[in-house]
Parts: sequence; C-alpha cells; structure tokens
Amino acid sequence: MGVRARWAPSSNSVRFLTLGDNALTVEFGQVVDDAINQGVHELARRLMAGGIAGLLELVPAYSSLAVHFDPLVTSHQTIAAVVAQELVTPFVLSEEGRPVIEIPMIYGGEFGPDLEFVASYNGLSPEEVIRLHSGSTYRVFMIGFAPGFPYLGPLPLQIVAPRLPAPRDAVPAGSVGIAGSQTGIYPLSIAGGVASHRTLPATTFRLAA
Amino acid sequence: MTASLEVIEPGLLTTVQDTGRRGYQRFGVPVSGAMDPLALRLANALVGNDLGEAALEMTIGGPSLRFQDERVVAVTGADLDPKLNGQSVPMWEAVLVRRGAVLHFGWRRSGCRAYLAVAGGFDVPIILGSKSTYLRGGFGGWKGRALQAGDVLPLGAAISDFGRHLGKCLSHEHVPKYEEAMVVRAVLGPQDDWFTPEAVSTFLRTRYLVSASSDRMGCRLEGRPLTLGDRREFVSDGVALGSVQVPAGGQPIILMADRQTVGGYPKIATVISADISLVAQSFPGVTHLEFVACTVEKARQVLATQQGLIERVRSM
Repeated sequence: MGVRARWAPSSNSVRFLTLGDNALTVEFGQVVDDAINQGVHELARRLMAGGIAGLLELVPAYSSLAVHFDPLVTSHQTIAAVVAQELVTPFVLSEEGRPVIEIPMIYGGEFGPDLEFVASYNGLSPEEVIRLHSGSTYRVFMIGFAPGFPYLGPLPLQIVAPRLPAPRDAVPAGSVGIAGSQTGIYPLSIAGGVASHRTLPATTFRLAA
Repeated sequence: MTASLEVIEPGLLTTVQDTGRRGYQRFGVPVSGAMDPLALRLANALVGNDLGEAALEMTIGGPSLRFQDERVVAVTGADLDPKLNGQSVPMWEAVLVRRGAVLHFGWRRSGCRAYLAVAGGFDVPIILGSKSTYLRGGFGGWKGRALQAGDVLPLGAAISDFGRHLGKCLSHEHVPKYEEAMVVRAVLGPQDDWFTPEAVSTFLRTRYLVSASSDRMGCRLEGRPLTLGDRREFVSDGVALGSVQVPAGGQPIILMADRQTVGGYPKIATVISADISLVAQSFPGVTHLEFVACTVEKARQVLATQQGLIERVRSM
C-alpha cells in the first residue's frame, strides 16, 4: 500500500516504565494498532543506529519497546532521555518497500486438524474459512513466544476462534494457528493451545549453516 | 589431538552454558545462559578464563566426568559433593585435575545448580554469538541438548600459565550461602498498579514455596493468589530476567534464563540482577522465597559490589 503517515505520540501518551534494574519499557499504550506498531519498530531502528553506550538489545512488541542495558554503564534516566530526544521530531511512517512473503499452505485433514472447528464455530464452510484466511495480507507485529514465531494480524473477524481448552503437547513445526483474533506460525514443534492449520515446509527460523 | 572431557554419567540435567545469547530476543531467541550468573563468572575468574566462557551447569544430581587431559578447574554454586578420584574436592577454588582423573558429583546438599569451569573453556560451536544451550529450540551448547553418557566434549586450548591460578580461592565470607528460605529483592512494577494494594502487600509478605514444576524457563511460586484491580486484557510486551509474571491463577512466576522473549501477563515486580543467583539456587519443591521491595539505585549498588568481587578474584 505505501501510505505515508506522520506519527507523533504526544508526550503524555509515552510512558517510561522501569522493567527491573537493567531494562526500560517505552510504552505507547496497551493496544494492537498498526501505526503505533510501525512507530515502535522505527524507534527501535533509530536506537540501534544510535550507538548508545551500555545498550544490550531492543525488543519490539505490539505497542511498546523493551530496552535492555548494562546498569553499570548506563541508567534508565539516560536511556529515557535519548528516547525522548528521538521522539521530538515526528516520525514519517511508510510501508513502502516492505516485503510481502507468500506462505504456501495445506488446509485441513491431517495437516489442519482444527479447520472444521474454526468453520463450525463461525457458521462457515471450511472452504469459506480457507478463502478468508488465505485471502488476507497480515502484518508481522512482533516476533516472540519462540524463535521466529511471528505475531500476525489482523485476522478477518469472521474466522476468529478461541484458544483450545487445553494446549496440545506438541504442535508440529510449520503449523499456522488461530488464537482469538491473532494468527501465528509455529517455527518449532512446541506446546500450543491454538486451533491449527498447517503449512508446507516454509520455515520462519533457520540458523545459518 | 584436542583435549577433551568424557561423560561417564550425565547427571540429572547437565548443559553447557555461558553468560547467554544476546542480541536476538527481537527474533524470539531467548537469552538462555547460566541460571546463576554469579557462580558461573566466579568459576571462570578462579581459573583465569574470560568471565563469559562456557562452563557446565549441573542440576541437582551431578555427572561423572573423566578428564582426558590435565586441567585447572573450579567448582562453584550448589554443593553437589564433588569428589576427585574418590577424594572430596574444595569448592570455590582453582584445583588441578590430572589426566585420567574422574570428577564425580553426587546429589545436592545445598543450592540447586553447580558450575564446573575448566581453564580454556569448552570448544563447542558458537551459535548466534553464544555457547549457551537452548533446550527447547534444540540448538547451542553441546548439540542443543543435555549431556549423555558417552559424550566426549572438546576443551578449548589450554592456558599456558595455568599454574598462576592454581590455589586461587574465594574467601569464606564471600562464598554465597543457599538457605532453604531466602529473601530476594525486587523492583516493583511495571504493572504493580494493575494489582490491588492488598495484592501488592500480599506479594511482599508471603513466604512462597518454589514449586517442583520450576525449570530453566521460570521459577513457579505457590502461595496466596494475587488479584488484579480490574480484569483487563494484557497486550504482550517485553520481559526481563527476574520479571515476576502473574497469570490468570494469581500464582507468580519468576522468569529465568530460558524465558520467552515477550509475555502476555502483567508483571508485579522484577527481581534485582544481583539476587537472580538466589532464585537459581532454589531447590524446587523445597525452598521458600520472600520478596522485599528495592530501589533501582540500591539494586545497582549491590550489583556493582558483586562485580567488584568478581574483578578482584580475576586479578588475584
């Protein structure tokens, strides 16, 4: 799409939260929102490029950025001041040039044991679920839960589905799950409570050889 | 011919760990590393290694190891009753192990996790910048898994002046003591204001049992449940080592080395860096922990004191 948007969180919508003695959370709200999430990633890029002494790593989330640092080198106050300075000038956000990755899917059967459940829960046919799920482009809001696990959204409202009452012991790697209004891809076989479909072997996490 | 260490018996859960895998949390890769970073770094300081060098983390019941080469080693952390060729070995001290000797660890007598640092370290592949084992992901350390009988671990190149470190030891007053009930300091927040004032007060007054289901991901606590002020949906955000998450049941979990990189539950407090070692040395099903509120400034001072001790040991 490539719409350019100016994003300038007002000073009273940014909160600096103390996350223990060696991390700071820069919080723009408790919300799943495209523009805010783009702002989080842009802020992370700027801080990474900025070469802050004592900075260990940055972890973007939906509407916040966790900044991990060495408390014997720098402090919450110093980091907050650097962030506040970055936020003085409004960001110009754009999705131009962002890659769209196509993931081949096999829906249903042994590869998607919960396709029927998602369909009947929403009063749809399995074919309609497939059409809606595969017809959307999803944003990667953040990566977490497991290496390479992307938090994707938004899911078309017609195919939301609740978490399973109890998690499965091992959801096969490559499975695509639905939990509420979010969808994600399991990069590793891991316990999970989401209704799942399955992909062909396209992996989101591969260590360099 | 590379120097090596042969695993005769692997122990309950023995893994290769260094000070952790930094810089990839934004891709969902946990930091991992030694559960007790203080014991690890002191062990490395005693044998003259880089502080962040890989060591063996031995949990509750330790391994039996045959040294195929002479090395200076140090054992720190939990007391697993270490014996060299049947003779007791002093802990928190750089000792010489001769070629062919067998170093045997038994069951824990105090603490939970012991560390074996070998001069020259372990020559395992560096994955994403670290030699730490990420068990769930099956990568890092020794083949991404716990040690098994028959494994032969390659050691790093011997340090030429190893004799200089022989006999270095931590003075008795600095040796950490692991009790069956311990107090850990924590910085309150960031979501302490999501909880009722009574809940925060309960959190700071409860003697929690460290659950038997605790592991490298988290130290699960059992005690009076903590109630949220008003039920809100928590949007996942970043967590820190030592963050105390409170899921739906109200039973807190202290996030540890293999914690996930983001969390979907409110955090009432974060254990201070300097006290992570106490949480790591809690024996599941037995140890009790109590929390005390601490300021960031005090937390930093305590950490600086610990770092000072490590530096002094290193330059002995």
